[in-house]
Amino acid sequence: MISQRLFSKVVVIGAVAAVAVLVALVIAPKAMTSAQGSSLDWQTIAEQRGLTEADMRAAAMTYTPSGKLDEYVMFASAGQGGQVLAIGLPSMRLLRLISVFAPEPWQGYGYGAGNEVLEQGFIDGQEILWGDTHHPALSETNGEYDGQWLFIGDKANGRVAVIDLRDFETKQIVHNPAFLNDHGGTFVTPNTEYIVEGAQYGLPVGGDYAPIEDYQNSYSGMITFWKFDRDAGRIDYSKSFAMELPPYWQDLCDSGKLVSEGWIFCNSFNAEMAFGGIEKGNPPFEAGVSKGAVDYLHIINLKAAEAVFQAGAAVDVKGFKVIPLETVIENGLLYLAPEPRSPHGADVTPKGDFISIGGKLDPHVSVYSFQKIKDAIAAGPTEKDPFGVPVLALESVLEAQVELGLGPLHTVYDDQGYAYTSLFLDSAVARWSIGAEGYRPQDGWKLINKTPVQYNVGHLAAAEGDTTTPDGRFLVALNKWSVDRFLSTGPLLPQNLQLIDISQPGDQTQILYDMPITGAEPHYSQIIKADKLKAWEVYPEVGWNPLTQSVDPNAVAQGTEGVTRDGNNVTVRMTAVRSHMTPEHVEIQEGDHVTWTITNVERARDATHGFAIPFYNINLSIEPGESITFEFEATRSGVFSFYCTEFCSALHLEMMGYMMVKPQ
Amino acid sequence: MTTNVISSTNTSASRASQTASRRWLKWLPSVLFLGAAVLLLVSISAPYWGLVLQAPQYPGGLRMRVFVNNMTGDEDPRLDEVREIDGLNHYIGMKSLYEAAKFERSIALPAVFIMAVLLVVAAVWRRRWTWLLALPAFAFPVVFLADLGLWMAYYGQNLDPYAPLSSSIQPFTPPILGEGVIGQFKTIAYVDTGWYIIAAGSLLIAVALLIKLSGRLVQPKG
Repeated sequence: MISQRLFSKVVVIGAVAAVAVLVALVIAPKAMTSAQGSSLDWQTIAEQRGLTEADMRAAAMTYTPSGKLDEYVMFASAGQGGQVLAIGLPSMRLLRLISVFAPEPWQGYGYGAGNEVLEQGFIDGQEILWGDTHHPALSETNGEYDGQWLFIGDKANGRVAVIDLRDFETKQIVHNPAFLNDHGGTFVTPNTEYIVEGAQYGLPVGGDYAPIEDYQNSYSGMITFWKFDRDAGRIDYSKSFAMELPPYWQDLCDSGKLVSEGWIFCNSFNAEMAFGGIEKGNPPFEAGVSKGAVDYLHIINLKAAEAVFQAGAAVDVKGFKVIPLETVIENGLLYLAPEPRSPHGADVTPKGDFISIGGKLDPHVSVYSFQKIKDAIAAGPTEKDPFGVPVLALESVLEAQVELGLGPLHTVYDDQGYAYTSLFLDSAVARWSIGAEGYRPQDGWKLINKTPVQYNVGHLAAAEGDTTTPDGRFLVALNKWSVDRFLSTGPLLPQNLQLIDISQPGDQTQILYDMPITGAEPHYSQIIKADKLKAWEVYPEVGWNPLTQSVDPNAVAQGTEGVTRDGNNVTVRMTAVRSHMTPEHVEIQEGDHVTWTITNVERARDATHGFAIPFYNINLSIEPGESITFEFEATRSGVFSFYCTEFCSALHLEMMGYMMVKPQ
Repeated sequence: MTTNVISSTNTSASRASQTASRRWLKWLPSVLFLGAAVLLLVSISAPYWGLVLQAPQYPGGLRMRVFVNNMTGDEDPRLDEVREIDGLNHYIGMKSLYEAAKFERSIALPAVFIMAVLLVVAAVWRRRWTWLLALPAFAFPVVFLADLGLWMAYYGQNLDPYAPLSSSIQPFTPPILGEGVIGQFKTIAYVDTGWYIIAAGSLLIAVALLIKLSGRLVQPKG
């Protein structure tokens, strides 16, 4: 009995064991293959990383393998960093930092090179070595980006800079001495005849003093029209002029195009002319400027203003031509149209026929018809503001209002007839249809969908979205806050630039990529098709001076190097090539004034040499072919080991020399 | 055709054609000489020889093209490849390429022109010995490569012992045709369009000389 039971037990156990072994034999190889597969096939990787199908689609739309190039380049301002960033789309790879208003050592900007450009931006002899870059503008030909120039404004000090897109370097900084801040810039006219810079906070014209209580009478607004000389690649100061405006805090401007070419539109947000003073019992600015029911869209006839300027009717303010407000009114250069209170942005549609203004404190975007504006001007407006500027009746110029959500700010456009407005408070991007002929009359004026973004979105940029023919496809939301989007790096967090797919119609929009921007706040950006940019691979000829964009007569050729002396003035003529600088010994005296030219005679792409002299605060980036001249006083004796700061070759560390400064 | 004509029988019809062919044949070497002269002059505009250097940090490679009287890089003048190769060569102590074959380059254009003129003279001035005037042009492709090879050997063997990489790169003879390796660079040397043109000229001259020679051998007496 027992043995029989035992026997059956053994049989059962044996059978179970046999089954287990069989199962193991069948499963194990499979398990092993899948274990191997975890490092091989993408589905498994996606599963392990918790990526959804939508994530994988986003990855497929943005991932740019090594060696593949981006389709678009986005130029983004870098806010209080005083710089501009060039970012590739759709990969969102940072391609280049361009320093504009602030010294930057990588480019050597302000450390021996580009000093004269920075100095152009000094005001009344005051050194200003930073800027608050806000709105970049690409040069245009017939309303299309032409990829040649980039302009950028400095809100803090009311300055505008010119960047040459052949070498992505800043060439010029200008300042209108009549005013000290800006915001509504830069925007260009459709053929880049003018770069528009709208001022922001009301000030006494010319930098004078005036008591704040006299705000209405003594303070003004201003808009500057910088004439761009394309052949010279510079703003022509003598052909530029400004227009005095009421002190309404003009905000953002845009140039008319096609049917509205020759006109400029700016929103404003202080028609109340509030002047603050919370500590004196006055309403604070945030309440005072929002009190009234309406503010004013400014409609400026640039063509007529240009004629008035050329006729000599502008007055001289600190050497700059300004058309006074009375002359502006007399000549019908300015009209106002009411906007819902404290709005933001004034964005002209691709065909130039409408202007969209975000409500900011109003949930609508208000769309004005340029045809209606023209008709209302022709009919002769009956209303006037306190200064006598004609005011067009809202109902006579308004085409549509679309309720979008909370905090509508900026609007950009695509190729499908949609408009996109950032909703700051909702942290979302609203896609809405332009109900007019030529856009989406089939949908009418209506909200299509809202894409949540992270977080507090400011500007938007769409591919070629400011041109007469937007590309659509990609939209970038420039979010002010990132909160939890990235690993914490302490209390100061980066901004978050989010790439959004807008290629599909209806409510199919998708966030594709988050890009942290550290170093500053990109306010606005423009996105250009990459093939329109024709940047040089190396400077065209050896001895190139990037400021004149021609061969520098002082450039040093190999074999002509040396150190010469004329009294206390010492001239150093040096060449740099992998992996040596010539001469390697520079012997001077304490108290000498040194003028040093260094020419990178390289022709190979990327063969950039740096050049640093310790103690003397010199650091250059000398790109292939470039020649740089810098000066300094040899105030301290000693031995200074100068060297190449850009790793150039296997013998880079050997690329150095000694500057011997003999004591007096 | 040629052999047919030469061995043709003497019927009256064939005699007529024979005479015509003879006349044609008599002038053919001259035509070939003139053709070779034209090819020589045409060759000036094309590179004779080329060298490609490939290394990871030069994705498109570095290409040097040698014309009969000068050296250039690839078509885009902004990246001067000769200068770049020269710059790289200084690490191994090689002399500057701009110093190479200066004499040959200085006389190259007049020499090509004279060779072409000699061919024309040989074509129109038909004496027993004038074929000798075609010999310089005939030998030119070989002479060009031989001179190039000598210079390459001289450059490769005479490296500056104080150069940065003198301890790791020993003197060597770079190949004038085919592949080589130097440091991280793979080199590919090849003859280019201009050389093929002068080689075609040599071929024409060779055919012309053969015709002349065979014509002499089978020339009927009287």
